[in-house]
Amino acid sequence: MLELIPNQLGFPLLSLMIFVPLAGAVILLAVRDARAARWIALLFSIAEIGLSVPLLANFDGSIAHMQFGESLPWIKDWHINYRIGVDGISVLFVGLTALLTTISIMVSWTAIQDRVREFMIAVLFLEAGMIGVFVALDLFLFYIFWEAMLIPMYLLIGVWGGPNRLYAAIKFFLYTLVGSVLMLVAILAVYFSAGGTFDVLALMNHPFGHTFQMWAFAAFFAAFAVKVPMFPFHTWLPDAHVEAPTAGSIILAGILIKMGAYGFLRFSLPFFPSAAISWTPAIMTLSVVAIIYGAYMAFAQTDFKKLIAYSSVSHMGFVTLGIFALNSQGVEGGLLQMINHGVSTGALFLAVGVIYERTHTRMIADYGGIAAKVPVYAAYLLIITLSSIGLPGTNGFVGEFTILLGAFQYKAVYAVIASLGIILGAGYMLWLYQRVAFGTVTNPHNEHLQDMNLREIAAALPLLVLVFGVGLYPNAAFQVMHASTENLIKHVQAKAALAPVAAQAANALLGQ
Amino acid sequence: MLKYILIPLLPFFGFLIAGLFGKYLKERAATVAVGGVLGAFVFAVSAFIDVANGTIIDENFYSWILIGNLSVNVGFQIDQLTAVMLMVVTFLSTLIHIYSIGYMHGDKGFSRFFAYLELFTFFMLVLVMGNNFLVMFVGWEGVGLCSYLLIGFWYEKKSAADAGVKAFVTNRVGDFGFVLGMMLIFTTFGTLDFTDVFAQATPQLAAQNIDLLGIEVGIVTLICLLLFVGATGKSAQIPLYVWLPDAMEGPTPVSALIHAATMVTAGVFMVARCAPLFSLSHTAMNVVAVTGAVTALFAATIGLVQNDIKRVIAYSTISQLGYMFLGLGVGAFSAGIFHLTTHAFFKGLLFLASGSVIHALSGEQDMRKMGSLRRKIKITYAVFLIGSLALAGIFPFAGFFSKDEILWSVYNAGSLGRSLWMVGLTGAFMTAFYSFRLIYLTFFGKSRMDHDVEHHVHESPPVMTVPLMILAFFSITIGFIGMPLIPHANLFANFLAPVFPHVQHGGTDHGLEIGLMIFSVLVAATGIVMAYVWYVRDTRIPDKLAEKFSGVYTLLLNKYRVDELYNYLFVDGLVHKLAGVLHRIGDVKIVDGAVNGVARLIGQASERGRKMQTGFVQEYAFIMGLGLVVLIGMYYVVK
Repeated sequence: MLELIPNQLGFPLLSLMIFVPLAGAVILLAVRDARAARWIALLFSIAEIGLSVPLLANFDGSIAHMQFGESLPWIKDWHINYRIGVDGISVLFVGLTALLTTISIMVSWTAIQDRVREFMIAVLFLEAGMIGVFVALDLFLFYIFWEAMLIPMYLLIGVWGGPNRLYAAIKFFLYTLVGSVLMLVAILAVYFSAGGTFDVLALMNHPFGHTFQMWAFAAFFAAFAVKVPMFPFHTWLPDAHVEAPTAGSIILAGILIKMGAYGFLRFSLPFFPSAAISWTPAIMTLSVVAIIYGAYMAFAQTDFKKLIAYSSVSHMGFVTLGIFALNSQGVEGGLLQMINHGVSTGALFLAVGVIYERTHTRMIADYGGIAAKVPVYAAYLLIITLSSIGLPGTNGFVGEFTILLGAFQYKAVYAVIASLGIILGAGYMLWLYQRVAFGTVTNPHNEHLQDMNLREIAAALPLLVLVFGVGLYPNAAFQVMHASTENLIKHVQAKAALAPVAAQAANALLGQ
Repeated sequence: MLKYILIPLLPFFGFLIAGLFGKYLKERAATVAVGGVLGAFVFAVSAFIDVANGTIIDENFYSWILIGNLSVNVGFQIDQLTAVMLMVVTFLSTLIHIYSIGYMHGDKGFSRFFAYLELFTFFMLVLVMGNNFLVMFVGWEGVGLCSYLLIGFWYEKKSAADAGVKAFVTNRVGDFGFVLGMMLIFTTFGTLDFTDVFAQATPQLAAQNIDLLGIEVGIVTLICLLLFVGATGKSAQIPLYVWLPDAMEGPTPVSALIHAATMVTAGVFMVARCAPLFSLSHTAMNVVAVTGAVTALFAATIGLVQNDIKRVIAYSTISQLGYMFLGLGVGAFSAGIFHLTTHAFFKGLLFLASGSVIHALSGEQDMRKMGSLRRKIKITYAVFLIGSLALAGIFPFAGFFSKDEILWSVYNAGSLGRSLWMVGLTGAFMTAFYSFRLIYLTFFGKSRMDHDVEHHVHESPPVMTVPLMILAFFSITIGFIGMPLIPHANLFANFLAPVFPHVQHGGTDHGLEIGLMIFSVLVAATGIVMAYVWYVRDTRIPDKLAEKFSGVYTLLLNKYRVDELYNYLFVDGLVHKLAGVLHRIGDVKIVDGAVNGVARLIGQASERGRKMQTGFVQEYAFIMGLGLVVLIGMYYVVK
């Protein structure tokens, strides 16, 4: 059974990580000057990275328990507590959130000229919400953060987005809201069914009946599947990405859509294991469909950002495929792939942002031949492309290979079909790269294109380090995950076996 | 131990320096690059000597991926097979680097070219040195990447960029098999380390079956066939050979190093490395042998009629790789690797020499616009002739020894062997014919050059001709390390004997062996003479035949239209058309249609609802009353 190990650092690290960006947002309220607003936001986001150093350095990967725990009573009558902590499943996302937020601010330096202060407030507010989602260990608290995150993201798209931003923002908001409302109902049902507690760790050990599990799992699934997004709940993503400013896209692809998969690992699987096992074949099938379908969609795109958005659908299919294989390679591969996708897709959106800021077009046909004009940019885009298609030596390969190995052990046919996605991935990404970088310059606007400047290189560099760092030494990440994932897998299996009726029902569904 | 790690690392450092500082180094980047590969060669020689003295190196450096029962290390092994490959790769790489200094002189991508070439050498060395499947796969995909970058080196040409993508994606199709093969290996053996996997490869294991879509398949057979799918991609065998002819879009030194001598032999190397597995499955071995034989003949027929000097050699490479697989497939593993080695020298030579021809002719590659060059570029002509004699398999040139060893093993491999031997011999005849068709069209007859081109014809500088001469020397002599007939004189086979399972392949009837040898040399000689008659004595014959058999001729000239078929089926049909349809129907109509439909429905419903808010108190009171009646009525009904 998981415990909440109190924080022993002498200062409330996780709370600081939630409140430092909020403090930054509050201070920004008093700032009028756009330049000052940028610097203040940057400093606060860097401070957040600074805070994640002791977090990662002091994290003990050998135990599965929740660490850096803090628990304060909040609304006593309803047993609601301010309870936070991290384990091997969540800790890396906290670090990734801090890194990608800073990068987002850096890429917005000149791209955002309008309402700079409000933009930076939204980004910092969003960061606080995202950190909160990853550290919350009280369902009520989690739901607050989950919903709070929606608002700044909605604003980022709706205020600083492209021409069709209102459609995209509302679509994003409604999609997520429908999912969230179903989850809220399920959260209340869980609360009452478990005798009035929102404590995540306690709920993990509560024996819910199988029928209840099936319904509650489905309701949580609605929220998480939209977020991932899984096929066929994915159509909000391309629209949102296309309209969002670069910073919005980086955060959306890098962190926000990871929360769906994180939700499966943190809530759905441990709360409702026997339902999860019953639903697994369906989810594995949807994952494989997402991999292939997303790749096909990417082929049909003429818009740089839309192509990457659909490639995200395909890549996130790998993540859910690995998680629901429910063996150590699958789950850890899925977790790593979430980090990888955050890094490489974040980097890809950064690349789009860099070029969009110069040309004001996202149409692939408007590029072509720019490798001769902007060699540094072309080299950067090439490395990220290779990471995205999972070339060995880059981060993408380790994630995909371990996921496929996990899926292969669950049922080979899923891995076989999913592997086709690797061929398609190479196809659409290299074709994209060819159309952007190779050939001769056909668009006269690109004749005098400026290469990446120092600020942009500085923003991109940490991502490149991660591409090769994770690719060559993924154990650094796996070591953090081992204890928690092993515990999760054992927990799911043991708890599912506890209810024989449930297991029978599950087997009947599995057709065994 | 350090010196072994330095073998791949020195080229990698060369890559980093040439890649990052190329802008400042300019053509000095070549010095750095040559230094890198030369250093690797020196250490490879040292490693080779160690292995020859009985030291087998197998060392893990660090744990790469460790999850649950999956444990993969970054580790290298140097056994006899790797030692041979190290020599071939580092030696040819060094010579080709030097040659490239002259060939690429003045190109605006000079330092980029050397950076890619260094990176390629690094990955190729990782490929041959890896001590487990996954590290081998790192090199495997890495060389594919460099191949992609170098084929598309002149990326402003659309055909070059297209060819690069085609090469990478076709190889990915092969890698699909490789990856699945690795998974099956892992679930079967619980490890991906060569030593551990091969130690468990026993006949008992070969008897185990698994169910594949209702068909019982031997588990080892399935593993081998999946790995072989990977090999057909990398080593350009049917059905995945289509990328290699297009790969000639790259600069010619690239064709020599990557698409003739080293990378394309990776599939052969991989099958040889997995010899302990393959030799357990007759089915898999037969598939390898038949694929090799059919490819050897198929590619040779296309080579007969091509007009682009590099394409002829490219098809010849596909064909010769087929011979290597043919050898492996009948269990003659060391003969296959021997042919890989000799082929690396004479085919590397042929490509570099054709580069020298192209260089002399200001970029012209069409043999119909050549002719009579033998007096103008004498060194190039001499080495080209040596290379072609080696390729045709004329005694005592290198190709003779290795090809005959393969054919002799095939001849002795049962009833299937005899048929494959016939196929191989027919291919050998065609090989001799097309190699000398090339020689005669290029160096003999009347000049058909454009006036401007003819005016500028010049021999290449020493930086290019010296490597050519070195390769020519080896194309003559290297065959003698694999002497047939005399007991214990086949040094090559003796050296490799510890790595390969002993499969009976050579016959003991020396009289027959000598007879067949003479026969196959005669067959090759006939091909050469025929080419002479057709292309020097009476040059009208080919045209007349082409007219008479225009159907066959066009089919061959168009390479059996396989490219068109693949394009139609896979690129246009399975990818672009289907993607378009899915996008229009799947996402836009069905999924988004449903989403927008729901939104519209809610909108309409609320529109109706809004109409009820009329503001007339009487209407509200009426509806309230009506509701009350309905509720009370329901209460009684339910009760």
